[in-house]
Amino acid sequence: MGACKVHIPIKSISIQNLKVGEMMKYTIKKDPHKDERVQEIIDISGQNIFSCYQCGRCSSGCPMAEFMDILPNQVFMFLQEGDVDTLLQAKTPWICAACFTCTVRCPVGLDLAAVMEAIRELQLRKNYDYVDPYNVEERDILPPIALVSNFRKFTP
Amino acid sequence: MAMKRIGVFICHCGRNIAGTVDVKKVAEEIGKREDVALATTYIFMCSEPGQKLIEESVKKYNLDGVVVANCSPTLHEKTMRNAAARGGLNPYRVEIANIREWAAWPHEDNPEAATRKAIRIINATIEKLKANASLEPIEVPVVRRALVIGGGVAGIQAALDLADAGIETILVEREPSIGGNMFRLSETFPTLDCPQCILTPKMNDVAQHPNIKLYTYSEVESVEGFMGNFKVKIRKKATYVDWDKCTGCGECLRVCPINVDSEFDLRMAKRKAIYIANEQAVPLKALIDENTCIRLQFEKKVKEGKIKPKKNVKICSKCADVCEPNAIHFQNNEEIVEEEVGSIIVATGFEVMPAEAFPELGGKYPDVLNSLQFERLLAPSGPTAGIPRRPSDGKVPESIAFVHCVGSRDPQSGVPYCSRICCMYTIKQAMLVKHALPSTAVYDFYIDIRSNGKGYEEFYHRAKEEYGVNFIRGKVSKIYKVGDKYRVQGVDTLTGRIVEVDVDMVILATAAKGSEGVKDLAKKLRIPYDEWGWLKETHLKLKPLETPVGGVFIAGAAQFVKDITDSVSQGSGAAAKAMALLSKPQLEKEPLLAKVDPEICAGCGRCKDQCAYGAISIDPVRHVAVVNEALCEGCGACSANCPTTAIQVVNFKKGQIIRAVDVLAEVF
Ligand SMILES: Cc1cc2nc3c(=O)[nH]c(=O)nc-3n(C[C@H](O)[C@H](O)[C@H](O)COP(=O)(O)OP(=O)(O)OC[C@H]3O[C@@H](n4cnc5c(N)ncnc54)[C@H](O)[C@@H]3O)c2cc1C
Ligand code: SF4
Ligand code: SF4
Ligand code: SF4
Ligand code: SF4
Repeated sequence: MGACKVHIPIKSISIQNLKVGEMMKYTIKKDPHKDERVQEIIDISGQNIFSCYQCGRCSSGCPMAEFMDILPNQVFMFLQEGDVDTLLQAKTPWICAACFTCTVRCPVGLDLAAVMEAIRELQLRKNYDYVDPYNVEERDILPPIALVSNFRKFTP
Repeated sequence: MAMKRIGVFICHCGRNIAGTVDVKKVAEEIGKREDVALATTYIFMCSEPGQKLIEESVKKYNLDGVVVANCSPTLHEKTMRNAAARGGLNPYRVEIANIREWAAWPHEDNPEAATRKAIRIINATIEKLKANASLEPIEVPVVRRALVIGGGVAGIQAALDLADAGIETILVEREPSIGGNMFRLSETFPTLDCPQCILTPKMNDVAQHPNIKLYTYSEVESVEGFMGNFKVKIRKKATYVDWDKCTGCGECLRVCPINVDSEFDLRMAKRKAIYIANEQAVPLKALIDENTCIRLQFEKKVKEGKIKPKKNVKICSKCADVCEPNAIHFQNNEEIVEEEVGSIIVATGFEVMPAEAFPELGGKYPDVLNSLQFERLLAPSGPTAGIPRRPSDGKVPESIAFVHCVGSRDPQSGVPYCSRICCMYTIKQAMLVKHALPSTAVYDFYIDIRSNGKGYEEFYHRAKEEYGVNFIRGKVSKIYKVGDKYRVQGVDTLTGRIVEVDVDMVILATAAKGSEGVKDLAKKLRIPYDEWGWLKETHLKLKPLETPVGGVFIAGAAQFVKDITDSVSQGSGAAAKAMALLSKPQLEKEPLLAKVDPEICAGCGRCKDQCAYGAISIDPVRHVAVVNEALCEGCGACSANCPTTAIQVVNFKKGQIIRAVDVLAEVF
């Protein structure tokens, strides 16, 4: 059996595509504690994202981190600064395998996998497809379970 | 009489010495000397069997002198002297030959040379020892009273402990009230109790304790004498008010027309020219600031002849007019009092750098404050009743930024060390802002959070998890005004981006330093200090409360900035040290002091000029130098400068030293 090739049409802009300057500077316009979208992520995930104290253990243990554009601990830092935009444009939440390694290891007891899910939810609830079901290559030879999980995670 | 039956004990120090020096060979060589009755080795001379070996050998071989070849005399000279004394030998007939630090350690790579050097060091020590005299310790009487300088929480604790132990204690505080910096605080980490509530009982105890004599608004003028017998002059500064009569009613404050910045409130509030330090001051007494009072300024100018008093012009005396008990007399009542004490505790505390010292961080703006000023704005008893307001316009801030490590950990523009308490108090202040103003946004810029005390890390987590404080990791580099706001230009090193935020107020956690003027005080006491004004302890780990001057101890933030818990512990610790000293009826002093041979002394006085302890005087009648044994520390500076060798330190006579040097230099 050949390697599974899933063509993932990247509709979202990866943060590498952001313009210089946009990437390196961030202006806090309002108290992140009062940001509605941060609050939404807190509500969906049930996690107090502000209690992360940036030890980095989630990132050091994450099996997918090397393929991400934002490290798992940085996800919390972006949230703590109220920068949900960058997270919505990032690949990281989609690359997260939901393996729960970070959740098990976080010294604070934060469920980072749930936060990743919440960020994905924020997009999916807008009827957003991360993967286009009609454009999955070699659809016929993929094991059906892979396709099902794929759609569960990447489509509304 | 030179010694003839010397015992030499060579220590292996495990492998420290024996791993390099051939101790057996050393014993063999030394044993060949005619004046040596016994030369032996042992694995640890400092162990009990090692000491027993000395004790028994003294008896068995009837030794008249002992050399122990081991480590530095600072470690075990006393141990070995006591061991020999138990065997019946005068302890001053024992010398240490340091073959560990001088031979074994520096010549690890050349055991043969190390062994040769060890033999030579021992031979030189024997030559020195042979002319040692038997001596008895000198006894000096002790004044059973103590002086505590600085009435912050550390000094207060020390004074109370001493007084409770029945020791008459003098507490000198330079401000009009005791309490120190703790009394300025809003609430205290990590328990958030009210500092005034927990400190006032202690302050009142000080004022009422029958064994405590309190001098506030006073400073130490001079210190003379030595451990057990200090003579201290204290300057009580002019208050222009009779404190025996003043009831602290505050009527005078209400009528005085002059407003100036309050020292206690660190410019966050005004006070009058006649003032009481704060509402809960101990003692609660009014005093007049001679530099701002209209009347005193007028009188001064008249005295200096700068103005001529016109007739029938009434100069302000509003305060005196309303003072019921007639306490205000406008007379300069400065006074010098003298006290004798046996021990001194220095607890002069610390200060934080002013915001103005950091113009790049907006220190010149009115709404950019240092942390201690902000404590006043957060204090329920403070000028804004605990609701912080902008000094510039009285507005309640909608956003506040805190900046950690301002001047700390920054040898380029501040101090090299971490100021240790600022992470915690900044977190506390951030929490208190949230208490007072729940909707105000709080940004806390830090390099890393140092929360290493009991309950401290938990306190930090509470701020993060429950209080809604925004923590951003990175040092702020610039703060400037944009319209009505202050733009904080920082960085988030965790996401790797510059972070900018506009806020209404900025609080700088500026570096701590030793109290202003502490260096002058330290000079009077002859105790060492560092360039930042921290008083130096004798040993950072094992003697943190001691100073090189016998009988003088340090406590609290004067040694290095610390939190209240540690300051109080050190206050009690220093008091215990002083008690140990003062509980003896007599003090024993090493008899290794300078002695003058009046037959040779020419009375030139060179020795007197050299003595750092003021122990030498010239007898005007006999015209010879005289040593005050109680003051002499036996340092030998005098002896080195005497042109006639008339003054010499006992058991360090010139002949002894020269013979030892001859051996070391191998010029027989
Ligand atoms: C902004 C801020 C917030 C803080 N918050 C907390 C907190 O929440 N919890 C906590 O545990 N700690 C806190 N601290 C630390 C606390 O203030 C200190 O631990 C405490 O004040 C140290 O007490 P001290 O007696 O050693 O020194 P100080 O309080 O500095 O007292 C020294 C006293 O000596 C006097 N003095 C100085 N020189 C002389 C002299 N030459 N002659 C006579 N008298 C002299 C001074 O006037 C003063 O009264 C805070 C510190 C700061 C700056
Ligand atoms: S759940 Fe996601 S973020 Fe967490 S360790 Fe697994 S892959 Fe990484
Ligand atoms: S392991 Fe937990 S506390 Fe540490 S950085 Fe990750 S989420 Fe934050
Ligand atoms: S004399 Fe006048 S100015 Fe001076 S303290 Fe009294 S009221 Fe104030
Ligand atoms: S205690 Fe914290 S804020 Fe203060 S110097 Fe140390 S690291 Fe910086």
